[in-house]
Amino acid sequence: MTRFHLEVRVKPRPGLLDPQGKATHHALTSLGHEGVAAVRIGKVMDLEIDAPDAETAVERTEEMCRKLLANPVTEDFSVSLLGEVEREEAEA
Amino acid sequence: MKVAVVTFPGSNCDQDCVRALELAGGFEPVYRWHQETSLGDVAAVFLPGGFSYGDYLRSGAIARFSPIMEAVREFAREGGPVAGICNGFQVLCESGLLPGALLRNQSLKFRHFDVHIRVETTDTPFTSGYRKGEVLRIPIAHADGNYTADPQTLAELEGTDRIVFRYATPEGKLADRANPNGSAHHIAGIVNEGRNVLGMMPHPERAVEPLLGSVDGAGLFHSLRAHLGGAPLSSSPSPALP
Repeated sequence: MTRFHLEVRVKPRPGLLDPQGKATHHALTSLGHEGVAAVRIGKVMDLEIDAPDAETAVERTEEMCRKLLANPVTEDFSVSLLGEVEREEAEA
Repeated sequence: MKVAVVTFPGSNCDQDCVRALELAGGFEPVYRWHQETSLGDVAAVFLPGGFSYGDYLRSGAIARFSPIMEAVREFAREGGPVAGICNGFQVLCESGLLPGALLRNQSLKFRHFDVHIRVETTDTPFTSGYRKGEVLRIPIAHADGNYTADPQTLAELEGTDRIVFRYATPEGKLADRANPNGSAHHIAGIVNEGRNVLGMMPHPERAVEPLLGSVDGAGLFHSLRAHLGGAPLSSSPSPALP
């Protein structure tokens, strides 16, 4: 069993109004940052998963996204494998 | 008759719901804790407002996996009346018992004041005592009440008379200024295909006695009692304020 480090990104679906992104966009523009065409705000989640191999770790994380971590009506998700967690780090 | 009011950690309108049921008369409200696995012998279920699990991850996302929700799902599948108010509506959407989702308010603000909602259909266990087109004054208190669904779902809700309440002006006209959260099609409440599961953002249980400033929410509880075969209403379900 290896401990894998995964990152889940959850973003509002394209076309869906993102009031937080819109407000932040306005704030950036009013601070004088020119050329900001769009801002969308989502979430990043960091997971450590014990699994026999990387493929299983990714599959299980995707299943978690479908069931809980993202709302399929309003959000899209992506899962990235960042690597293995070192033993000392895992026990710290 | 017994009616269950579910309490999740962070629910804060469960007592208001119980009080509204007691005031309506003919009900014996019972609390059901989120960790229970059975509703018991109840005739209807309320999922109250609040901030279940601190609204962590998404409003209602974690509450939907509570043990009691399996019993609620089964109860709803058998046609039992279920009403989710505010956070309860969010839980019903997250659990798939109602379509769509509730996003952050367009204003990004927690909004809490009285709104006017128009009764769009009386063909539900919760609105049969109102008149179609009747305008109710009922408070809201939410940050995530911006109803959204894909265009196909919205068309289906419209086409099958499943939009129960819409935000409106006091005169009953639809207007963006009367929509407190940016909800699609001015939606304040919907029912499922079987018409037995209602979700709504406004709080009818907070508008059931003159002291609260409005009694317009009482009709919802009276409608439910009539639907369940309780004593007929002796007076109008929405009596005027003194």
